[in-house]
Amino acid sequence: MSIFVDKSNKVLVQGATGHQGVFHIGEMLNFGTKVVAGVTPGKAGQNVNGVPIFDSVQEGVDKTDANTSLVLVPARFAKDAVFEALDAGVKTIVVITENIPFHDAMEFVHYAKYKDAVLIGPNCPGIASPGKTKIGILPGSIFSEGDVGVASRSGTLTYEIVNSLKEKGIGQSTCVGLGGDPITGTTFIEALSAFEQDKETKAIVLVGEIGGTAEEDAAEYITNHVNKPVFAFIAGRTAPPGKRMGHAGAIIARGKGTAESKIKAFKKAGVQLAKFPTDIADLVEQHI
Amino acid sequence: MKLFEYRGKELFDKYGISVPKGNLVKNERDFSGLIFPIVLKAQVPIGGRGKAGGIKKAKNLKEGKENLDQIMGMDIRGYKVGKVLAEETANIKKELYLSISLDRSKRMPLIMASAEGGMDIESVPDDKIFKEWVSPLIGIQSFNIRNIVSKLSFGKEESKEIAKVLSKIYRLFRQYDCELVEINPLIITNDGGVMAIDSKITINDDAMYRHTDIEPELVELTPLEKDAKDKGISFVQLGGNIGVIANGAGLTMATLDALNHFKGEGGVFLDLGGTDDPEKVKQAFELMKKANPKVIFLNLFGGITKCDTVATGVKAVITKEGINCPVVTRIKGMREDEAKEILKDAGLITATTLQDAAQRSSNLAGGK
Repeated sequence: MSIFVDKSNKVLVQGATGHQGVFHIGEMLNFGTKVVAGVTPGKAGQNVNGVPIFDSVQEGVDKTDANTSLVLVPARFAKDAVFEALDAGVKTIVVITENIPFHDAMEFVHYAKYKDAVLIGPNCPGIASPGKTKIGILPGSIFSEGDVGVASRSGTLTYEIVNSLKEKGIGQSTCVGLGGDPITGTTFIEALSAFEQDKETKAIVLVGEIGGTAEEDAAEYITNHVNKPVFAFIAGRTAPPGKRMGHAGAIIARGKGTAESKIKAFKKAGVQLAKFPTDIADLVEQHI
Repeated sequence: MKLFEYRGKELFDKYGISVPKGNLVKNERDFSGLIFPIVLKAQVPIGGRGKAGGIKKAKNLKEGKENLDQIMGMDIRGYKVGKVLAEETANIKKELYLSISLDRSKRMPLIMASAEGGMDIESVPDDKIFKEWVSPLIGIQSFNIRNIVSKLSFGKEESKEIAKVLSKIYRLFRQYDCELVEINPLIITNDGGVMAIDSKITINDDAMYRHTDIEPELVELTPLEKDAKDKGISFVQLGGNIGVIANGAGLTMATLDALNHFKGEGGVFLDLGGTDDPEKVKQAFELMKKANPKVIFLNLFGGITKCDTVATGVKAVITKEGINCPVVTRIKGMREDEAKEILKDAGLITATTLQDAAQRSSNLAGGK
């Protein structure tokens, strides 16, 4: 098992013919992902790495039975793209696009819930379950099959942590990039709930950062609902208040969202915290 | 983007919310249309200006001019006052607090209201602040407004006026892609009207492209940060003397934290992002040099980005443009060995682990 995705995901890529689309369709196919369709309005009939391109999501779904969409379109077209996928009946949507106005994200996140779809992102690297599928732009080379679940608000920092797990021979069940925006379709709570139920996951790693209260919410959830061991790293201990640290969501605003508050909440919930990102692998190793 | 108070009030006016009569003042002539007494208010993108002396009353023109001279150009927590708003004073019967912001956990617009207006909302006890969440799919409904206005315990006519303001600021919040719309205080005047005495509006930077009527005014950024923003580079100036270049926001933050562990202090946060484009690498180093750090700490993890491509870019910049401070590098991931050779060849310090690199950078920077 794995969380949110598995071998049954048939992926349609929105924004398939751009530089990113072409490259990552290739990378996903190499990983073993079933990429079945691409959509770029006006480019029907073409193909990318053998994947047929359609003018609309509905057409792609009708012709290929795609049930999952990877959204790579530019920020100002992202809301339209997600709505289109939801209305075409797609049930899993991964939004990679960065810099989407958060009012747009607020609308499509709520619409996805209404349509009973899983939405991951925006501003995320995607999701990978080694040996099964990878939907997104995460580098395939860092993963190995195993029983540690990873959920993170960041990209490269997650690769670093997953890679250090792999170097110690610790594989992953699923690694989900939740996204660095203030509003994301999937939060730590949903990931924790899924990992807790997943028989293949034995331990959980969370990678958080300053901004918002997602980690504090997660800590409360862990106390009440999670029995599996949880390890965490929080980035931004030294970030000053009021400054946006790269991610739209990484900002200490009105005294809320500090690393101290998150670390305190996690400690109280019995989560083991790493000082350096690469220490997570040591903590997990000691536990096993 | 945070709007200055006077620009926020222009938006209030556009949405039919009363504001005091006033205008920006630079000299004596600018006071001509106003009836004294007036209040002069420094326009800065941060709170606490009243305590800092940025708000002053004036009974007559002479006082107005004197106070204008005092406020204009004054330094309020690092911001030099370049604009001063003069407004007629209002008669205040009651003050309240109203705001709409984003609740990140619920992923919904959050209305907050309090009958304790006019003071810093952080200092108002929780049980005096009333909250109501609005579904972004259906928008604000009458029941939302009833729920919150009824808790404020105002009279019938006053409640009606507050309700109208609420639905107006909700429209403003959604139509202008706001992160925050705050009126503190909203006043009830002696004749039963309502008026916004202050405005705090923040528009989501990512949505600025669809609000071309709002002229960008990046007052919160330093000149170098503005320069970086124009170039599309994620760059934040901090208090210390070590310049950090890393790829990915999370990794860059984690690198700054690692420095802190060894008593080093980050001076610049520079997130290279997912790029290995030599031109971007060059721009990044140029910006970093302008920030004049004592040490540069380059921390890369190559996943999709290949380490050696970035290293080649770094070497090209350094051999061509030169560099006047030590550069400590720590490279991990795809093609790291090739990258280390290239960087060593360029005369840079190559460390093996994050801890090692952070310690060396901190020592070179003098532990400060």
